[in-house]
Amino acid sequence: MVVKIGGSIISPLRNSVDSVYEALARGESSLRTRKLWNLEEPFVGSMMNWEEEGPDDCLTRFESLSLRSARAALQEAGIDGKRGDVAFVFSTTKGNIEQLAHRFDTTRTQVRHKFERRLNLGEGARRVVRELGNGNDPVVVSNACTSGLCAQIVAQRMLEQKICRYAVVVGCDVLTEFIVSGFQSFKALSPEGCRPFDAERKGLNLGEAAAAMVLTLSDEASGRWVLERGAIRNDANHISGPSRTGEGSYRALRTVLASVGMEELAFVNAHGTATMYNDEMESIALERAGITDVPVNSLKGYLGHTMGAAGVLECLVSMKAVEEGVVLATRGFGKKGVSGNIKINGELTTTDRPSFVKMLSGFGGCNAVMLYRKGGGV
Amino acid sequence: MRHWVILDETRGVVVDGERIGVEAQGMGMIDEIYRGYVGNYMKYFKMDSLCKVGFVASELLLAKESGSRDVEQRKCYGTAERAIVLFNESGSLYTDTRYQATISDEENYFPSPALFVYTLANIVTGEIAIRNKYYGETNFLVLPEKNSQAMAVQVSALFADKETQSAIVGWVECDAEEHFEVRMALVGRDDNIENDIKTLIEWKN
Repeated sequence: MVVKIGGSIISPLRNSVDSVYEALARGESSLRTRKLWNLEEPFVGSMMNWEEEGPDDCLTRFESLSLRSARAALQEAGIDGKRGDVAFVFSTTKGNIEQLAHRFDTTRTQVRHKFERRLNLGEGARRVVRELGNGNDPVVVSNACTSGLCAQIVAQRMLEQKICRYAVVVGCDVLTEFIVSGFQSFKALSPEGCRPFDAERKGLNLGEAAAAMVLTLSDEASGRWVLERGAIRNDANHISGPSRTGEGSYRALRTVLASVGMEELAFVNAHGTATMYNDEMESIALERAGITDVPVNSLKGYLGHTMGAAGVLECLVSMKAVEEGVVLATRGFGKKGVSGNIKINGELTTTDRPSFVKMLSGFGGCNAVMLYRKGGGV
Repeated sequence: MRHWVILDETRGVVVDGERIGVEAQGMGMIDEIYRGYVGNYMKYFKMDSLCKVGFVASELLLAKESGSRDVEQRKCYGTAERAIVLFNESGSLYTDTRYQATISDEENYFPSPALFVYTLANIVTGEIAIRNKYYGETNFLVLPEKNSQAMAVQVSALFADKETQSAIVGWVECDAEEHFEVRMALVGRDDNIENDIKTLIEWKN
C-alpha cells in the first residue's frame, strides 16, 4: 500500500503542517481585501508576504514556493531529493502564468524574457526538480481544481507499478492578475470572506500556497497515513458548470466508498468553494452516496481556494485533524443553504474515527475523491 | 491499440495508417474534417483551437470504432468504463496568450470569461466526455517534452482503476495559431500499451 512519509505546507498563515492545523483550529484566516494590478474591483484573497519572502533573480514565485515545500517534505521524510528513484508529480493549474505579461510589455525590447520557456508547466516544474539536484523529469497534472488529488492518484499508481521508490507530490499556485481577473469575469468571487454551504454564500476567495507530500510503497501501515483508494470521474455535462445531479462527484464517491464502512469515517473534507453551484452539487452527490450522517467540512474560509495546492494542503491538514481527534469547523458557515441532506460541520467537533474522504471538483467537469486511513487507528 | 489518428498541419490526417484527403491547411483543415465527418454539433464553434483539434481527432477515432456518426449508437456511450487522458507540452499557453491580451492594455481592459474557461488544458478532455457522455476518468498531464516512455507509464497505470476498460489517450498540442499536432489512440485494458504508445508517437509517413 502507498503511505505518506513526509508532508509540508508553505502558506500565508504558517509554514508547516502542524502550525497551519493549529492556526485553523483557532479559527485564523489569511483572507484580506486587496486592490492589485489593473483589476477594476478589489478582491478578497489569501496571499504570501512577498516583500518578506524577498525577490529572487533565478526562481519565479511559483518555483520558489514549490521548492520550499518539496524540500521541507523531503526533509521530514528523511529522503535525499537527489536520489534517482525519487519521482516528482506536480499539481498546478497555471504555474508561471504571471510571466506571460512580459510578452505584452511594450516598454521592453524584443529580448526573449529569461523565464519565457518556463511558461510551459513542465519546464517550470523541471526547474524546481533540478534545484533539488534531481535529474528525473517531472509529470505535471493540470486537471483544473482537482489537480491536487489527481496528482496523488498518479503518484500512487507509479509507486504501485514500481516506476519509482519514492514519489513527491508538489501542489502549488500563486495569485496573479491573470487568474483573479478571470474569476472576476466569471462573477465567481465573493466580495467578503467566503461562506461554504451557507444560505448567504456569494462565491469563492482565491489563495496562494504550496504543499508537498512524500509517498512510498510499504507493507507497514501502522501509525502511517495510507492512501486507500482514489477515483476521478467526469460529469459529462458542462465545461464550466457542475452537474445538477452531481454525477461525476457521486460516481467517484461511490467507487471510493466501496472500500470503507461509514462508521470508519471521521469526516468528509469537501471542495466547498462557496460558489452557489459547487456547494449545491456536492451536497447532492454526498446525499446520493449515502453520506448523510458523517460530518462534512470545507477549509476554504481559512486559506481560500488554493487551486493546484488545495488537494494536497487540505489533505495534510485533514490528516493532522484526525490525529488530533478533531473535525475542523467550516469557517464562514452559519445557516445551511444547500438542498442535499448532509451534516455541515459548522463548529470544531471531536472524533475518534481513523479515516476521512477528500473531494475536489473543477472546470472541464472533472471530479476527484480520495479515501485516507490512519494505519493502526488513532 | 484499437484505432489511432494523427492530425497535424504538415502531415495532414491519418486514421489507422491511412491518409484522408483534405484540401485546406492549418485550422481550415480541422474545420473541413468537422464539416465532412462530424457536423451538426454547435459546441464545436465555441471551442478554442486546442479543444477543436482534440475533439475532431476523437470523432475520427470513435467513428472508426463504431462505424457510426450517431454518438448514441457508439460503444461506451453513457458509461464510466472509458477514460480520457491527454498529454502535451504547452498546456493551454496559446489560449492563455489570447486571454492575456484582454487584460494587458489598461485602456482596453476587458477580461473575457468565454476565453478564460479555455485557459485550462483539461477542458479538451471535458469536451470529449460531454460529447460521448463518458463518466469515466479524465485527466490532463503536461510533460517537459514529448516522451513516449513517460506517456506509456501513465497510460498503463490508468487501468489500476478497475472500472476503466478502455481509454482515449495521446498527445494533443496546439501551441500557436495554425500550429498543432495530435496523436491519439483508443487503447484497451489488455493491449500492449508500451508498444502501442511507442508506435503512435514515433509513426512517420
